[in-house]
Amino acid sequence: MIKKFKPALAAAAVSLALFAQAQPVFAAEEQFFPVIGYRVGPYGANGQSFYGGFIDYLNYVNLKEKGVNGVMMTWEECETEYNNAKGVECYERLKGKAAKSAGPIHNMSTGISYALIDKSAQDKLPMAMMGYGRTDAVDGSVFPYAFPLVTTYQMQASAIVKFIKDKEGGNLAGKKIVYLYHDSAYGKEAIIAMEAEAALNKFTLVQIPVAHPGNEQGAQWLKIRQEKPDFVVFWGWGVMNQTALKAAQKVGFPREKMIGSWWTGSEEDVIPAGDAAKGYMAATWNVAGKQVPLIADIEKVVYGAGKGNLQDKAKIGTILYNRGVSAAVLSVEAIRKGQEKYGKGKALTGEQTRWALENLNITEARLKAIGATDLLPEIKTSCDNHEGSGKVKIQQWDGAKWVPVSGWIEGNKGLIHPLFQASAKQYAKEKGITPRDCSKEK
Amino acid sequence: MLYREAGQFKTNYAADQQVFPIRQDRIGIIVLLAVAFLGVPMFASAYWFSAILIPFLIFALAALGLNILTGYAGQLSLGSAAFMAVGAYAAYNFQLRIEGIPIIVSFICGGLTAAGVGILFGLPSLRIKGFYLAVATLAAQFFIVWCLTKFPWLSNNSSSGVISTQQLIIFGHELTTPVEKYLLVLSIVVVMAMAAKNLVRSSTGRAWMAVRDMDVAASVIGIKLMPTKLLAFAISSFYCGVAGALYAFCYLGSVEPDGFSLDMSFRILFMIIIGGVGSIMGSFLGAAFILLLPIFLDVALPFFAELFGLPFSSATVSHIQILVFGALIMFFLIVEPHGLARLWQIAKEKLRLWPFPH
Repeated sequence: MIKKFKPALAAAAVSLALFAQAQPVFAAEEQFFPVIGYRVGPYGANGQSFYGGFIDYLNYVNLKEKGVNGVMMTWEECETEYNNAKGVECYERLKGKAAKSAGPIHNMSTGISYALIDKSAQDKLPMAMMGYGRTDAVDGSVFPYAFPLVTTYQMQASAIVKFIKDKEGGNLAGKKIVYLYHDSAYGKEAIIAMEAEAALNKFTLVQIPVAHPGNEQGAQWLKIRQEKPDFVVFWGWGVMNQTALKAAQKVGFPREKMIGSWWTGSEEDVIPAGDAAKGYMAATWNVAGKQVPLIADIEKVVYGAGKGNLQDKAKIGTILYNRGVSAAVLSVEAIRKGQEKYGKGKALTGEQTRWALENLNITEARLKAIGATDLLPEIKTSCDNHEGSGKVKIQQWDGAKWVPVSGWIEGNKGLIHPLFQASAKQYAKEKGITPRDCSKEK
Repeated sequence: MLYREAGQFKTNYAADQQVFPIRQDRIGIIVLLAVAFLGVPMFASAYWFSAILIPFLIFALAALGLNILTGYAGQLSLGSAAFMAVGAYAAYNFQLRIEGIPIIVSFICGGLTAAGVGILFGLPSLRIKGFYLAVATLAAQFFIVWCLTKFPWLSNNSSSGVISTQQLIIFGHELTTPVEKYLLVLSIVVVMAMAAKNLVRSSTGRAWMAVRDMDVAASVIGIKLMPTKLLAFAISSFYCGVAGALYAFCYLGSVEPDGFSLDMSFRILFMIIIGGVGSIMGSFLGAAFILLLPIFLDVALPFFAELFGLPFSSATVSHIQILVFGALIMFFLIVEPHGLARLWQIAKEKLRLWPFPH
């Protein structure tokens, strides 16, 4: 039996060896993006939209302006299936190719971000964790290579509380808010912020965990009915979201009093819930829809040229697609910024991209120039603020589409950021890291 | 011709009882160890160490632990990942809370804690058997993950429940490079695999096998069932615990309870089923098969797709990979239900007769 296979095996081995040697050699003017993402597995649908948007924008930059100052964007995808071990394997596989030039890594998984945070700092590869990940990396003095860009769970929770407070006439004293969360690292990250807000605003906080995957929430909603809260702040993921909406409808809790995090507010979450989702609100840092000029232009330029990444074109303009585009916009803007310092028309190394990410300054005017007005908030990062914005919008599902119902709301930075610094300090102590002095960074 | 034991005379008991009685096997093992300790570090790249060799060794150790319990003592368990989690979190907490404790001692304490928990969840095995016992160990899987999530003290009050492991310092030297971590993992795995190999040949191992084959008969010939079964649970969990500690400290660097899911327990179980139930070597072969084949397919498929001009996206590759992987598992189970280790055994028997089979 083995004998029979021998020639075939040998051929496979030889061809693999050839393949290993035939890796593309990067010309100086190519900027490489290691895309460590997922399109299959339990959250595959989310990944398809996000990475579709991400790659479409990189393609768009290549087609529309021939790259950034002539530097073409290139990328290679590796499938993680949202699995930590596979994420590490992918990272190690793409690391070698990213040695010469590297854009920020977006892995869309808190678990993978945690696993890569030390490695990426050692290898000098910047990691962007837009809206997930190790949130205390906001403190760049301890985490030079990790960027929880735009905003974090804690700032989002704080912004949601602020939104509720405004809605309630500026006073939350004596009110009751239920925090219903996915019992995982993701769901628990925001508890610390909710507790701080509860102490500050004197409302009663009731925490109710939902075990993964959350497709059965009868007990939780029974408890919510008993508690009679004024609002439910909702931190779900995947199948848990639609289940919660249906369960809320069943117990008669008004969906207008439910506010979700940004991972509960995509079309994939509300459409399966049907009319149970109507009136439900969720936070987001990027708006949905094709009315954003950039999204419409991507559809025209990239899909017009037949280079679109999505197989299902209906996903263009969805929340997660637009989020992917916004991630790519930030990444490309960082490349632009880096080239201003390190030489126009040159690809940036991971170290140079890191500097650029730390010195981003994307103003409203710049967003308008790209055509991304309202796609994402203004962003200005620095060594001690890797977040750069901390703003979210609240959007409401009207049964057919997401409609923004607020402007940009900023979380209570004075309350939340010290929490990050304390946590980062503890991390530095555990790991024996000497924090950088941010006043000396330029 | 090459692999023949004719002419190798044993003249004393020590020689007769050695672990590898055939000279060719001894030479083979020495060469293998030399390659693993000296050859591999010279040639392998960082990718090989961090993404392939280290996880392979760690999962082989976990599979070895499960093989002791399931393969030798005959107690089916679905809680291996949970015992790994106990080992990982215990090692982390020992390292955190006891000033100046050496990392190796932390690993051992992590293993011992897992052994203690293993005994606790092994208690039902005294009354129930087979699939029912598997369901009881399933309780361990869910209970331990729940427990680690529920009590923040266990993760040092980390807001997310994720722990980031401490530095690896051995004799004042910090292990940072993948090669150093690989050598540490390799040393531990080699020592523990040798210990296991010896253990299963000892009276303990024979008692396990007696219980596995027929526990009533075993108790009739004077084997006490309770200590034998619980010892199997303890030692198996110890192996899994150490594997878990290595998984956290030397491989990922940060772990969360949800990472040690039922899915991982199943993977470890598949490793011993594919590799060979009741075989030390089978644990290694199975771990290699389950871990390396998907990576191989992942690299090979896009290449062949390009060769034949097929438009494969990375998602398609992933789907095909799962398909091929499943098909190969079925193929091996049909062709050789006793696992890869049995194939190796057959090969050895054939080699003895080669080149003149009757």
